[in-house]
Amino acid sequence: MAQEAQKERSMILQKEMIEGLFNDLGKAKETGKKVCYTFVPGNLSELIRTFDMLPVYPEINALQSAMRKKSASYIKEAERHAHSEDVCTYVKCDVGMMMKGNIGPTGEKIPEPDILLLSYTGCFTFLKWFETLKREYPNAKVIMVHTPYQENAKITPEMTQYMVKQFKEEVIPQMEAVTGIKYDEEKLKKILALSKEAEDWITKIFDTTKHRPSPIDAYFAGVYYIGPINIGFRGTQQAVDYYKELYKEIQERIRLGLGPITPEGEMKEEKYRLVVEGPPNWTSFREFWKIFYDMGAVIVASSYTKVGGVYDMGWRHDPSRPLESLSEYCMNCYTNLNIPQRIDLLSKCITDYAADGYVTNSIKSCNSFSAGQLGMMREIEDRLEVPVGFIESDLVDPRYFSYSNIKNRLESYFQMLEQRKIIHESEKV
Amino acid sequence: MKTLEEILKFCEDVAFDLNFTHAKKWKEAKEGRVIVGYMPIYFPREIIHAAGGMAVGIFGGGDRKQIIKGDAYYQSYICHIPRSIMELVLDKHTDHFDGYIFPSICDVIRNLSGIFKQQKIGKFVKYMDFPQNFLPQIGGVFYQQEMEHVLKYIKEINGVEVTTEKLNHSIELYNKNRKMIEFIYNIRQEFPWRLSIVDVYHIIRAGTVITIEEHNAILETVCELIKQDIGAPQDKVKVIISGAFCEQPSVGLIKAVEEAGCYVVDDDYMLGSRMILGDINSKSENPLEAISNSYIKQSQFSSSIYDVHDPKEFRLAKIVKDRGADGVIFAAASFCDPSLLDAPIFQNAFNKLGIRYIAFQFSENINQYKVIKEQVGAFSDSIKLWEDEPIVAIS
Ligand code: SF4
Ligand code: SF4
Repeated sequence: MAQEAQKERSMILQKEMIEGLFNDLGKAKETGKKVCYTFVPGNLSELIRTFDMLPVYPEINALQSAMRKKSASYIKEAERHAHSEDVCTYVKCDVGMMMKGNIGPTGEKIPEPDILLLSYTGCFTFLKWFETLKREYPNAKVIMVHTPYQENAKITPEMTQYMVKQFKEEVIPQMEAVTGIKYDEEKLKKILALSKEAEDWITKIFDTTKHRPSPIDAYFAGVYYIGPINIGFRGTQQAVDYYKELYKEIQERIRLGLGPITPEGEMKEEKYRLVVEGPPNWTSFREFWKIFYDMGAVIVASSYTKVGGVYDMGWRHDPSRPLESLSEYCMNCYTNLNIPQRIDLLSKCITDYAADGYVTNSIKSCNSFSAGQLGMMREIEDRLEVPVGFIESDLVDPRYFSYSNIKNRLESYFQMLEQRKIIHESEKV
Repeated sequence: MKTLEEILKFCEDVAFDLNFTHAKKWKEAKEGRVIVGYMPIYFPREIIHAAGGMAVGIFGGGDRKQIIKGDAYYQSYICHIPRSIMELVLDKHTDHFDGYIFPSICDVIRNLSGIFKQQKIGKFVKYMDFPQNFLPQIGGVFYQQEMEHVLKYIKEINGVEVTTEKLNHSIELYNKNRKMIEFIYNIRQEFPWRLSIVDVYHIIRAGTVITIEEHNAILETVCELIKQDIGAPQDKVKVIISGAFCEQPSVGLIKAVEEAGCYVVDDDYMLGSRMILGDINSKSENPLEAISNSYIKQSQFSSSIYDVHDPKEFRLAKIVKDRGADGVIFAAASFCDPSLLDAPIFQNAFNKLGIRYIAFQFSENINQYKVIKEQVGAFSDSIKLWEDEPIVAIS
């Protein structure tokens, strides 16, 4: 990306972190470190780190494969083995990659899991995914953490107790058994303190979109920003340093009155400020982004950057309540919120960040996000009288990304925004 | 109501009455009665019964409801049932329902509960989070709290406090119900011509929209009638249907499978009514604990229950063997994640075990099934051709 070309220090830091993780994974056999496959929503990075394990995130591998144009062949491979055309393409991409030798995005073979940590938060597919992987890795230990859904828009003490009991009686003893390492709560507390710090920084970062022009794009660039906090570095000094550095760079952009960096350099004019719901498309990520920045549209907030944790409502990991806080973290991830909560959160984003519009990118194969999106859209439209846009694509299956279709729809949407602006301005006069 | 024909006619009528008139009349007959609608798959109806209510199954509009409003809520790549449920509700077919339960089976049903909440449909909307932890002191306790939550909602409506006696009595009635349903399946295993699968379907589905007392009376009569040597055997193979546990195929499709040369000797169409295997302890001091234990320890396998400690493919293979079936038909609702994500697990295992199968997808509103009928017919023919081959290689 052009951001890489500009080599901001934060990008270098992030690159080093990720390369370091993949190097460690490559050497896991020699170093004897245990490998824990897990998912981003409700990821228990701090606990994994307490037991000195190395995390592998199958969704991240899938999206990286898509960005490197490898997902199509992986998906085909899975479909050759009875996987349906209509299910989550992350699963098929991951299964296909495994069938083709499990060569990860960096070209190195990803080690087999010692643990499949199924902290299934906000999506049933996770459960099916690991049921599938367990059949492929019969020696791996599956550890299930059931995260209760916030069905009533709150976390009750019973829900937290249920999770804490799972940690105490199931998760921790099983991690101890696999790693041979005794659970050290003091160590976990120290890690959690660093998590909290990183969470403070990332909240501040996403809050900078209040500025005009917004110094960052909270969706297309946002997906890079959430990388470290979501893929195992939450709870490390490295992550804190990364976010501090990133914040500093953004402050400088604000000082200079600059808009977001795009793959083609600085966005010159901020015409529209949008909130986006739904994950991005990864197979044509750049083309997708380009449609927006070419039109002068910047995303000031997105639900996708909250899949690995919702921090902007003030929630933080709390070292003084380690296991309770891990439980609350899992229950607080975006897709574990009920539909009215999601609507409220997105409405708040639209209002707080003074967005001109709301766009849904509906992902064909992700029911966790997509089922209910149309109802949410209608409610947001009624409540805030904000113009809503709707496009459809897929995560990692290139067959379901129709550039012209999406472009046409967005162009009409931007025309609508433009007209509305004109009307608003004439009303002001 | 005496003859089998009369019973079947009644069952079909109530099962597909989209206005749930039978339940409505029941409610109107006495003050304090509540109706709680529940979505597939399973819900412990015992607790509603004990609280003076009636749990009524909502299995979508099938091919009997035209969808107009529901489509505005769901994209084309989401299964059909949530849109038909929305249609039923928005068209006021369920206006006499007090509350709604959404069992935790998939993201679609889960998010549908949120749409209900947001639209303030009913007096309460409860997404019921079934435990995925199977230790009684952990998942079991959580499940009991979920049930208590439901009872609290009902008490707010009718003031009824459930007692141990009431719960145990309700458990007994449902134990009886499950036993008789199993009896029907056991008879059909040997004499599938005595009652067609469509008839079984109507009878069981009727049980989700009438009182348990009425349903038990019906089952008693049916059980008696099918002890007799009725009907005549035909040259058909025996199959199991798997994967159609939520959105339901139309009756025509259920029928088509048997017409195409297969006796369906087991299925998961009405899985919820058969979810608990064996009796629930009805003598317990803590009946909610008994219900919870039954779910944790005696559940049928299901695509919505985390299964790695008791793999579902071997459980289905055992059913194939126990029922003496010749093969399996995997029938998944289009875009049904739980069913479709399980398909490779079953099929890869069955390839190794040497169990024959075919797979197709359906949608509740599709009533053209020529292709499926041909596929099933070819499957049945191929089995007949190879009938001497041993098929189930499991112990
Ligand atoms: S269905 Fe959606 S939330 Fe679930 S694993 Fe797939 S992409 Fe993630
Ligand atoms: S048919 Fe399948 S995906 Fe649809 S609601 Fe039912 S279980 Fe969920």
